[in-house]
Amino acid sequence: MTTQPKTIEQVKRSRLDPEPIPRRDFLGLAALWSAASTLLFATVGMLRLPKAAVLPSPSKKFRVVLPESLALHQPFIPPGRSVGLFKAETGVYAVSIVCTHLGCIVKSSASGFDCPCHGSRFSQDGSVLRGPAPKALPRLAVNRMCDHEFIVDEGEIIEASEAMA
Amino acid sequence: MNEVAAKNSETSAVRRFLINLRETPSRFYHTMFRSGKPESDRTRSTFIFGNVFLHLHSTRVHRWTLKWTTTWRLGIAALSSFLLTLITGVLLMFYYKPYPDVAYDSIKDIHFVVPTGRFIRNIHRWAANVMVVVVILHMVRVFYTAAYRRFREFNWVIGMLLLAVTLGLSFTGYLLPWDQLAYWAITIGANIAQSPREVTDALGITKYIDIGGLQKLILLGSEDVGEEALIRFYLLHVMILPLTLTLLVAVHFWRIRKDGGLVRPIDADLRLKPEPGLYPVFTQEPKKTYSLGAIVRGKTPQINQGPENTLPAMPHLMYAEGAVLMLAIFICVLLALFFDAPLKELANPGVPENPAKAPWYFLGLQELVSHSAFMGGMGIPAIVLLGIALIPYLDRESDGTGEWFGGPGGKMLVLRSALFGLGVVIAIEAFTIHYGWIRQWWPKAPQLLITAINPGTLLTLFYALYSLWLVRKYDSTRAGALGLFTCFLAGFIVLTVIGSYFRGPNWDFYWSPSQWPGH
Repeated sequence: MTTQPKTIEQVKRSRLDPEPIPRRDFLGLAALWSAASTLLFATVGMLRLPKAAVLPSPSKKFRVVLPESLALHQPFIPPGRSVGLFKAETGVYAVSIVCTHLGCIVKSSASGFDCPCHGSRFSQDGSVLRGPAPKALPRLAVNRMCDHEFIVDEGEIIEASEAMA
Repeated sequence: MNEVAAKNSETSAVRRFLINLRETPSRFYHTMFRSGKPESDRTRSTFIFGNVFLHLHSTRVHRWTLKWTTTWRLGIAALSSFLLTLITGVLLMFYYKPYPDVAYDSIKDIHFVVPTGRFIRNIHRWAANVMVVVVILHMVRVFYTAAYRRFREFNWVIGMLLLAVTLGLSFTGYLLPWDQLAYWAITIGANIAQSPREVTDALGITKYIDIGGLQKLILLGSEDVGEEALIRFYLLHVMILPLTLTLLVAVHFWRIRKDGGLVRPIDADLRLKPEPGLYPVFTQEPKKTYSLGAIVRGKTPQINQGPENTLPAMPHLMYAEGAVLMLAIFICVLLALFFDAPLKELANPGVPENPAKAPWYFLGLQELVSHSAFMGGMGIPAIVLLGIALIPYLDRESDGTGEWFGGPGGKMLVLRSALFGLGVVIAIEAFTIHYGWIRQWWPKAPQLLITAINPGTLLTLFYALYSLWLVRKYDSTRAGALGLFTCFLAGFIVLTVIGSYFRGPNWDFYWSPSQWPGH
């Protein structure tokens, strides 16, 4: 004996029940989609958390006194800072010594600056001579306080042309 | 009235209580192990499927699976070393403090003050290294026996994720001591995350879309490497990545089980010699066949073949796994006894080491990164991972499944691909080391050119083209897959060796560390 699968009774539509989608299906789908969208928004909300609205970065301005004996175009690197200060004929300029490739601190050498991590090489004025570094070492803002005293802002990158103080 | 009730009525409740108390230890043992000692085939089976930790095993294992040459037991070896890092890692958490000021000192305490601390730390470090080696070897084994085929494609992808998580665990692990290695690795890692700026800067759109900056910010929790960064990496190392790994391992194993155990050649039953009567537990004669239609994939016992070319997982598989675990412990303990885990100087944000080298498994990457941050650190790794993940979807042949190198011709093909892979990577590196690259010839060359055309991208391109050529030449996707994977492997090995032994201060090439200039 074979049994016939029961056919689902045809829903009779009336003016009061015009929806093509049965009520139970509608409620089920509504529950499903609201659960899905709740999870989605909750996830998005949680992903917001790791990016702080205020960053715990202290001011990067500092005061530095240049030694009087500093020769022209010789870098002076204040202890604990990653900035090289240079005396030029027209004033003083500051070059960041953080490698533009992956952030290692470059070391001053005969030709300028060498990076110990991946072999980038920069000239005295910061332009790239060799290696993977994509950009020149940036100039940083310097302000003269008095004869040998300067304020350097490690956070403020400026154009090379306006970089003297 | 039944017997127990009759007995109960004869003794007082106090007496019964005392008898029960006396019998409690043995009753406890029986209730814990329910089916008794695994002495018959029936209890051996219940030993496996009645135990929540063992039930991922099948109760019986095909004899092909038990051959050493099928797997070299590398998956179990990877799990064993993971368990070792897990246990020793939890022990280290008793003393480690994830804060820049004290992290270094707490590692020093673990090393010099805490009883057995140094030994535990050494084991943790060595087990992690063993895990990286074994996971790579396991992937190599699975690839060359074509075990990624039909039904198992997704499990190959899970395996790729497991490799990535393993490397992630290693990376976040060596950041925690906050020594020079850790500090500069975080700096470099965070800047690799920022490296899409290399492209957006060159296009001049960083103002509008700064994916790189966002990635770095999320990783470090700050603009600088500091306490937020250390806590984030600590959280990754002790919570997020281990949980992810555990979850993925569970899925990985479960799918192997559901796909009918380990892969084996289609004619494995014919190729196996008859079992020399060690365990005639069920007779090998075909007495009945059965099917578990619609649920379990793979072969069900067939008519006129012994239904069982299998052996009980307990003891055969269990003992083998125990042996691998013991071997892993032995190797890690031995290494831990003789070689201390390194601890460099305290992190110094002013001066990186020269050369600043990553641990060995990242030196190939460091070599690539020394050509371009974005392509070497993100682009090429992404292409390689994607290429390897896609292999089972692009190679859907079925010949040679479960056999090393897919049969007789495969070995030669792999050998030739290895020679090609080695030749190309050595030639490109030698050229770069001897003649330099675009920036040395034209210092004004635009960055996009160097990002797009550097030794790393050329190498990847050559490998891809070679693999396509193989597909055409042999009219076989498997040939292409073999070529591609072998080339990547050769490239990885050569780049790692160059990074390890031939790079010195300023990442210059030296034939030996004895030629390094003095400071």
